[in-house]
Amino acid sequence: MKLREVKEILDAECLTDEACLDHEVEHAFGSDLMSDVLAFVDENTLLLTGLVNPQVIRTAEMMDIKQIVFVRGKRPADGTVRLAKANGIALLSTREILFTACGKLYEKGLRGVSIL
Amino acid sequence: MTEEVAASFDYQIEKDDFKIAGSASSHIKKILKQLGLPNPLIRRASIIAYELEINLVIHTLGGSMRLEVHPDRVVILTEDIGPGIEDVDQAMTEGYSTANDTAREMGFGAGMGLPNIRRCSDEFSIRSTLGEGTWIRSEIHVG
Repeated sequence: MKLREVKEILDAECLTDEACLDHEVEHAFGSDLMSDVLAFVDENTLLLTGLVNPQVIRTAEMMDIKQIVFVRGKRPADGTVRLAKANGIALLSTREILFTACGKLYEKGLRGVSIL
Repeated sequence: MTEEVAASFDYQIEKDDFKIAGSASSHIKKILKQLGLPNPLIRRASIIAYELEINLVIHTLGGSMRLEVHPDRVVILTEDIGPGIEDVDQAMTEGYSTANDTAREMGFGAGMGLPNIRRCSDEFSIRSTLGEGTWIRSEIHVG
């Protein structure tokens, strides 16, 4: 699924360069726990989270996560957005809660990271 | 095993400095990329470096991290100035954590850090003395 479709499905706002919307997303992981992101996530994963601190971007950078959706209408501070841009990470923000955002994407065919 | 060191880099990590936490690991990742190492190795080394760096920020009074790149292996070492780990076996158990509320608010403290570092390493060792500090060595084989 293209990130552009994710944006449309979640009626999300793009906080970084719109060119990033051509990123291809293979699977998704929803969590506010960066410890678990570091333990379970594959590359080309879409991260959905309600956390907006700089460590979310650092975690994404380490894991080669190139796209993040902030849920519950959360928006990171300008410095955090700059850190994402510097690392080529696309940021979206949606008003949906984590459960609903994941459900809508699942309904359209996007699947979670397999950890089994 | 050769003792030749192709490159080494040292970083000082401050206690509770969540604002810049991760910048040393970010630098390590960029170096490994520049050296042209394989992506799966870079990914494992990045996870190890970042988990170690976050541990220094959350759990210690500060310390240092060192990256050594040898022809046949990448080594990441940390050494801190305390307070040391009371029960290392317990600290290595998934889900066990002594992280404070600030660390948890940042998304850490799930008790996954040390087990994750060990999982990503080909060789892993940890020594800790209560009241003195902790020394951790993680090695990944190249090729």
